[in-house]
Amino acid sequence: MREYFFNCLDKYKDRTAVIDEKAGSLTYGDVEAFAKRVGSRLEKRSLAFCYCENVAGSLCSYIACLYNAVVVLLLSQTIDAELNRELLERYKPSYLFVPEQKKEEFKDYKIVYEEYEYVLLERNVKSNIKLNPELALLLTTSGSTGSPKLVKQSYINIQSNAEAIASYLELDEKERPITTLPMNYTYGLSIINSHMQVGAAVCMTTKGILQKEFWEFFKQQQVTSFGGVPYTYEILKKLRFFRMELPSLRTFTQAGGKLPPELHKEFALYAKEKDKHFVVMYGQTEATARMAYLPYDKSLEKYGSMGIAIPGGRFELIDVQGNVIEKPDEVGELVYYGDNVTLGYAEKPEDLLIGDERKGRLVTGDMAKRDKDGYYYIVGRKKRFLKIFGNRVNLDECERMLKTEFSQAECACGGVDDKLCIYHTKGIDGKEMERFLSEKTGLHPSAFTSMLVEFIPKNEAGKVLYKELPGIEMMLS
Amino acid sequence: MTNLEKYKKAFVDALGIAEDKVNEELTYQSIVNWDSVGHMGLVAELEEVFDIMMETDDIIDFSSYEKGKEILKKYGVEI
Repeated sequence: MREYFFNCLDKYKDRTAVIDEKAGSLTYGDVEAFAKRVGSRLEKRSLAFCYCENVAGSLCSYIACLYNAVVVLLLSQTIDAELNRELLERYKPSYLFVPEQKKEEFKDYKIVYEEYEYVLLERNVKSNIKLNPELALLLTTSGSTGSPKLVKQSYINIQSNAEAIASYLELDEKERPITTLPMNYTYGLSIINSHMQVGAAVCMTTKGILQKEFWEFFKQQQVTSFGGVPYTYEILKKLRFFRMELPSLRTFTQAGGKLPPELHKEFALYAKEKDKHFVVMYGQTEATARMAYLPYDKSLEKYGSMGIAIPGGRFELIDVQGNVIEKPDEVGELVYYGDNVTLGYAEKPEDLLIGDERKGRLVTGDMAKRDKDGYYYIVGRKKRFLKIFGNRVNLDECERMLKTEFSQAECACGGVDDKLCIYHTKGIDGKEMERFLSEKTGLHPSAFTSMLVEFIPKNEAGKVLYKELPGIEMMLS
Repeated sequence: MTNLEKYKKAFVDALGIAEDKVNEELTYQSIVNWDSVGHMGLVAELEEVFDIMMETDDIIDFSSYEKGKEILKKYGVEI
């Protein structure tokens, strides 16, 4: 019988579970008591949306859903209004967990409970949605470019990934991680889950690494770890992180895209000198969160690598014919096997009834190779998407949106991580297209650039020849 | 250009916002463009325009348009 961390809160009842700047600290016992109080107002196997923020009330609401067998979709409390409307309309959730200041914004719902600055709202009309018994949690794929495709995670997915992470990071109840990522983002959530698994105290803050209050809270709470996407590490370098005095810090992890190897090396060197652990990891929302990690003691020797499979998981590389590649240093598509491979996607309410479609096997879409020691290196992607500030952005989808909005000329999307380039022919204002994509993706305008080209290169069948578009390096210089 | 004009222009260029939005009310995260990405761009822009190198403590203390003026004073830039 598997034990689920969100059902065993009693195990650590006197230990601190969460600390935030406003609510102070709550024990695991407090979190469980909250889950029980809220639970008396919730119908099991119903659907809820939780509008997340890095505060105690948000974490308690999420745990209460898992505890009470309510399936929850985690969204950002700053979600795009149009996307939110669409999701509410489509799924008609029975319950909403919302920050206090937003409680008046939902007209089909009434207030049923308030605590820890979060409010539980109930839908006026009863829902008859059917949910698969395995289904626990829904997350949006990290970069949402309009289409609300949801990843379906099971109770087993969540628990097995929390256990694996706690094991390879050697977590125990003395840990005090600080939030640097939104909790509705799979990486941020995995930090919470894996630490609650071992009875540690999660330090939650709505402030970011570019705010003084963040570092004050960090020092005051004697934080032991944090996580970051590649862009976090770019900023930390510029902030002269290497010169900061952070004696309580023990571990820092990285995921959400490939860190440039040179940067990887710099942080690995720093960690080695200061006797801290730097752990580069690899994952996807489709695998709950983590699939691989590079053990800290290999971080320097194997910099540039995403490491090895997490405990309980394994990789295969397959060639274009679908055959398994056994030889080292040959590039193939990365396939992962493990209990954390999620059930599948949902695009409509009926999909929530469908059970496991992947059967523990995930074709990642990433192209990788394995060295002779068994360490994996990401070399590219099969699908056309970029990672921008840790968010997945689908280039084909961007192109479709642009074509609908701007039909007066031709365009194509390309670029590199953290810089998407819109190639367009005469007749459209490139700046306007950049602004449009920035708004639609919710990502900073500096991540977008545009380039006027004479024509969009295509083959005889009319398919765009992306390789023939001018390289982005040209524009960046 | 006066220092104030240069200061304002740095916000306009780095955050990609209209000049009338650059005023006393502007604070970090009060608009979507002034997020972490915008902030690093702003710091880089100010460092270049005024030929200074900001300390970490000042970069993370730079929480508003007004606060920024105070901080730049430390580097001998009167606005």
